[in-house]
Amino acid sequence: MKFGVIVFPGSNCDHDAFYAVANNLGQPAEFIWHDSSSLGDVDAVILPGGFSYGDYLRCGAIAKFSPVMAAVRKFAADGGLVLGVCNGFQILVEAGLLPGALIRNRGLKFICRELRLSVATTNSPYTSAGQKDQVLRMPIAHGEGCYIADERTLDALEAEDRVAFRYIDNANGSLRNIAGVLNRERNVMGMMPHPERATEPLMGSTDGLIVFQSMVQTMLQATFLTTPRAAAIP
Amino acid sequence: MSAAFSPEIIAQHQLTPGEYRKVVDILGRQPTYTELGIFAVMWSEHCSYKSSRVHLKKLPTRGKLVVQGPGENAGIIDIGGGYVIAFKIESHNHPSFIEPLQGAATGVGGILRDIFTMGARPIAVMDSLRFGRLDQVGQASRPVGSSSSSVGQASAGRLVGQASASQSERSSDSSSAARNRRIVSGVVAGIAHYGNCFGVPTVGGECIFEPCYDGNPLVNVFALGVCRKEEVFYAKAAGVGNPVIYVGARTGRDGIHGASMASAEFTEESKQKRPNVQVGDPFMEKLLLEACIEAMRTGAIVGIQDMGAAGLTCSTCEMGSRGEVGIEIELDRVPQRETGMTPYEIMLSESQERMLLVADKGREDEVFRVFKKWGLEAAEIGTVTDDGKLRVRHHGEIVAEIPNRELADEAPLYHRPYTVPPKVAQAIGLRTPANVHAALPALLAAPDICSKRWIWEQYDYQVRTNTLTVPEQTDAAIVRVKETGTSIAMSLDGNGRYTYLSPREGAQLAVAECCRNLSVVGALPVAATNCLNFGNPERPEIMAQLVEAIEGMSDACRFFDTPITGGNVSLYNETLGEGIYPTPVIGMVGLMKTAAPVTMGFKNAGRSVILLGGAGTCDEVRFGGTQYAKEIEKQLWGLPPALDLLHEKRVQEAVREIVAAGLAESAHDLSDGGLAVALAECCFGTAEIGARIDLDSDLRPEVLAFHEAPSRILISTARPKQVAAIAEKHGVPSPVIGVTIEQGMEIRQRGNTLGSWDIAALRAAYEGALEAHVR
Repeated sequence: MKFGVIVFPGSNCDHDAFYAVANNLGQPAEFIWHDSSSLGDVDAVILPGGFSYGDYLRCGAIAKFSPVMAAVRKFAADGGLVLGVCNGFQILVEAGLLPGALIRNRGLKFICRELRLSVATTNSPYTSAGQKDQVLRMPIAHGEGCYIADERTLDALEAEDRVAFRYIDNANGSLRNIAGVLNRERNVMGMMPHPERATEPLMGSTDGLIVFQSMVQTMLQATFLTTPRAAAIP
Repeated sequence: MSAAFSPEIIAQHQLTPGEYRKVVDILGRQPTYTELGIFAVMWSEHCSYKSSRVHLKKLPTRGKLVVQGPGENAGIIDIGGGYVIAFKIESHNHPSFIEPLQGAATGVGGILRDIFTMGARPIAVMDSLRFGRLDQVGQASRPVGSSSSSVGQASAGRLVGQASASQSERSSDSSSAARNRRIVSGVVAGIAHYGNCFGVPTVGGECIFEPCYDGNPLVNVFALGVCRKEEVFYAKAAGVGNPVIYVGARTGRDGIHGASMASAEFTEESKQKRPNVQVGDPFMEKLLLEACIEAMRTGAIVGIQDMGAAGLTCSTCEMGSRGEVGIEIELDRVPQRETGMTPYEIMLSESQERMLLVADKGREDEVFRVFKKWGLEAAEIGTVTDDGKLRVRHHGEIVAEIPNRELADEAPLYHRPYTVPPKVAQAIGLRTPANVHAALPALLAAPDICSKRWIWEQYDYQVRTNTLTVPEQTDAAIVRVKETGTSIAMSLDGNGRYTYLSPREGAQLAVAECCRNLSVVGALPVAATNCLNFGNPERPEIMAQLVEAIEGMSDACRFFDTPITGGNVSLYNETLGEGIYPTPVIGMVGLMKTAAPVTMGFKNAGRSVILLGGAGTCDEVRFGGTQYAKEIEKQLWGLPPALDLLHEKRVQEAVREIVAAGLAESAHDLSDGGLAVALAECCFGTAEIGARIDLDSDLRPEVLAFHEAPSRILISTARPKQVAAIAEKHGVPSPVIGVTIEQGMEIRQRGNTLGSWDIAALRAAYEGALEAHVR
């Protein structure tokens, strides 16, 4: 399963996402430049962390106008898996692919810290390899990661089982401890914690692998169900 | 031909009459106004090291791993496997006082450019910070100088006496504490802002608070990068006729005279110098990094240098001088942010995020294409010539024409007179009744010792997924190099109190501590960089501090075989005539295999606690520089802890072998706060294991618990006999002083309990203190 890692000017976790996928997950990966109009032949897309366009104006607000985002929208509309981590989550929210908004941390400071979160649903391509309520350790590293939305949206997210992860240690003040959310179709997910930073023992945790392994499993199943060969068996 | 400048204008440029005469001699005529500005910045203390150069030559700079020593943008060390590391430390003290956030941010930006201009991708940053006190309690922490003693120099006695009086006055002033809190918050936010956005992990550092840094904080930033050995770039122009290309941010009027500002004492008017501080754009720097590394890979770049202090002036004349060629530029072609800039302003601007490079003629387009891809402005502004001169044109007219070599390398050199460092009272002594039980939580909450989590959590210390350590869980930070399968350990250390008491010994102690920090995590120290923060070198007693500290550092670096491959000198760290403690900061790097690090926290109960190196000893004179003396006695006296270099080396060799053999479950060196503080820090591990120790010693209880003699390391182990065997082989004592236990911490002396603590309470004091101080 081939992962495409989008490189915006100012992305700085692009190499880390690439390394996690290629080295620790053992899947092919390639970088996709922000002014590409096509995503090529990738099976899934990662919007990595960083400070796209310096995060001037508002985090993710400029990146959403990047040429590549048109291709990402189309890819998502066609059911492709799109994972946004940290700044990637902020971009997906700005682009309207995910609901809500990410504002400054409650303490108004950047926080880099390993913390605990729980798998809020296993009904998603990003969490299916985990157990419901499984406790994962992953780091956060952001200044604007406080997830907010109006009450109706939050109620809908919960009613539709679209909260992927919740903080056990809520360091940024996110409403209802939301750490990651899914779109209605469940193929787009954004999260503030960094799964790519928890993919090998030397990083201190391997819990982030669950996100990537879930994606691979989902894609393999989808491939099996849709390939002509499978359908052609008499 | 211009007329001679008035003495006032020359003085404004901080050139002495003698230096001005030298300018006229070199040119064979009076300089133009632009030339005067160029000479002023290039010959400023900051750029020319005119007061320190004769002494810096004493430092060892060669070694079998040294690929590049001082003289380039950064030092380079061979780490094997076809890779090298580039690293250096630099100060941004003066700007950080005037405008803390931008001053610190551009300090990070400047050192990062120094690293990637050599072709190395930055993979780690650390910072060494000094601030004034945050509490409002008036503390005469600085001693009264013994004006009637054997100082011999009336001026020395006067200086110290004065400093002491007004210092305590100032630190009792709540507005100065409030200002210091703003400086701390601003500096930390600035480092975080720049490093986090750029995408380099800030992996460690140190932070100390003293009244002497009240009007003069220190912000020293260390950066380290990695690259393939054959892909190192140098800041050297070559190839007559080759194009000189300007890349990056446009030039504005910001930062003009930054280098000269950094070479003068502060006065009340200094705040008006805010326009001298530049504004950083880490996003631009990130683009510049990626574009430069990509452009270097084209093979079309001959030489490259960043524009830091003294901007376009410094980069053109230094590149020309190193390559023994001339450079001619036309200022009309320099991308400018503002209209109507004079040649003087363009040449002296310190606008950030700019690079100068020389490309192969005919291959410019390959370079331009890369910068265009990254959305950066690049312009051909001149050519390499064969006449060895820096020739600057503006609208076609020559506005400056100066021989490069004389400008860059023949700056005035001063053998400044020095006497002896200010003497400090030898024995004020212990006056507070000993209470180890009460003193430990107080020390753990002291600003210098308490957890700096409030600071380091604002830094992304993980980005690039190479960081193997969490700050404050190991004595040295460790960053792996994915390409080689090996890791780099690094440590920053400097102790102003020790160095003030004895510049020579203080500098040696800093080198020893750095080497020990690396050894404790199993790394072999191989090279160092230094940042020398001192007061006004024109005062003989301050110059004496500088000379003795450099000599001490030289001796220790020779002894540990850790050459200094570059660094920075920051002088005139004085405000209103008050100097800082002499503060030489060492940044040391070591090499090791990539593996999960040995952290300081105890892991299991029932393990032997070994004090490798022995309990050590300390008399009252050597106790005067300790944190106990500072926080409990509120005094500073005597001498720093005694260091036996040979013993230190043996302890380090022993601990490296113990760690390499996998015998240490935890390891932590003793430093600020001595044994009791170190033991508490070992109890703060994630496993939440305590310890009970019993010491066989004649020392006074508070001295035993808190003295800071070096060469001591706390190890917990399941195999004490094997540890002892290795220690014995190296001739190092390794007494088993206690055992790890499920909960609680207790220190006994020959069976008598000196203190017994609940670890959660100690941890609360340690963890909560800084945030309470900063708020």
